[in-house]
Amino acid sequence: MFELSPQDWTAVQLSLRVAAVSTLVALPFGIAIATLLARKSFWGKSILDAAVHLPLVLPPVVTGYLLLISFGRKAPVGAFLADHFGVVFSFRWIGAALACGVMAFPLMVRAVRLSVESIDRRLEDAAATLGATQMWTFVTVTLPLALPGIIAGMMLAFARALGEFGATITFVSNIPGETQTISAAIYTLLQVPGGDTAALRLVVVSIIISFAALLASEWLSRRATARLHGA
Amino acid sequence: MALKARNCPPARGIAMLVVQVEKQLGEFSMNASFASEGGATALFGPSGAGKTSVINMIAGLMKPDRGRIVLDGNVLFDTAAKVDVPVSRRRIGYVFQEGRLFPHLSVNHNLDYGRWMCGHAADAAAFNHVIELLNIGHLLDRRPGKLSGGERQRVAVGRALLMRPRLLLLDEPLASLDAARKRDILPYLERLRDEARVPMIYVSHNATEVKRIARHVVRLEDGRITAMGGTDLLDAAQADMLA
Repeated sequence: MFELSPQDWTAVQLSLRVAAVSTLVALPFGIAIATLLARKSFWGKSILDAAVHLPLVLPPVVTGYLLLISFGRKAPVGAFLADHFGVVFSFRWIGAALACGVMAFPLMVRAVRLSVESIDRRLEDAAATLGATQMWTFVTVTLPLALPGIIAGMMLAFARALGEFGATITFVSNIPGETQTISAAIYTLLQVPGGDTAALRLVVVSIIISFAALLASEWLSRRATARLHGA
Repeated sequence: MALKARNCPPARGIAMLVVQVEKQLGEFSMNASFASEGGATALFGPSGAGKTSVINMIAGLMKPDRGRIVLDGNVLFDTAAKVDVPVSRRRIGYVFQEGRLFPHLSVNHNLDYGRWMCGHAADAAAFNHVIELLNIGHLLDRRPGKLSGGERQRVAVGRALLMRPRLLLLDEPLASLDAARKRDILPYLERLRDEARVPMIYVSHNATEVKRIARHVVRLEDGRITAMGGTDLLDAAQADMLA
């Protein structure tokens, strides 16, 4: 009874790949921006902060459209990347990953920033007196202490990417096997008469994936916190 | 208050540490100049006198507005010559009031952190010597969160020593401990002074503590040095307080 069709499987695998790739690629940028916002004061900080949060507030369709007119095959950034690096986003799964990464970025930055801000900076001073340069202090003290927040940020980004629909479908359309993620597949099935049962199967799968992701991040985050408090 | 110069115990030739710093911190203005010949020097004075600010400037954690800091003939800070050696390159060990052990690292890794960051080769003999000196061998696998206040401070001293500092700064290392713990740790600090042969600046407002640890005393009051000399200064300070 509960059997996924090959198309369903493709959508599930694609969703997982898109979510994982977008989370991992967004991570270094997210940590860098979060640290910048948490630690430095510079001209235009509030503008950067607002720009990072924009995808959270804008309708996803608008974000998707903005991606389309900047990262499309004929658009300025998209054409440059295609000509010089051979990276094409339009109608490819990598474009879906870009859309998901952009949509998830504010959530990741917020979580990481909060945990960087909560770090006792006196520990970083202590590291400096022990001979650690700024870079080493960041790697050996700041990052490990921010780990619970980094895990939470990755989890939020992954969840957001799994659920992304509007920006992805606007930017890279809904092509089975290439850009059709679980959300898009469910949407497509619901447009077809008699597609409800198939849609329901994908709904159950997406609930299972989300649940597993939540439990895993909860467990990881608790372990990371326990490590910091001396277990 | 008049500056009372007293006879110091025999010096080792040139001054090991020269500090001349000025700093404005809001309403509070600091202007402190003193020299130390090595050994254990106490920076003594009431809370709020600016003792921690002075050693933060020596360590490089706070930047003086004007002044000069020279350690072993090596200029660490000089506004006139525009020298400001970064904290990480000063090689000055610092034992903070609250220990500031890294909570995510075991005691063993905390102790090893400075050696690793300074790029020294592992030295088992030095490591074992410090562990034995401070009696912290049984704590190596623990995390700082599981240590008592006294154990934490002993590990903090060990961590600062193992980076092989040119100078050791101790900022009220016993202030967060109760009387019984203080009595337990004082002997370790005395052994440290006698055996480790690292010059020390010991910050404290407690005359009894200072008397046991230090040979020289620099008295700081309201951002100014008011007296320099031997531990007999402390008797005068105590008499002042009792009067």
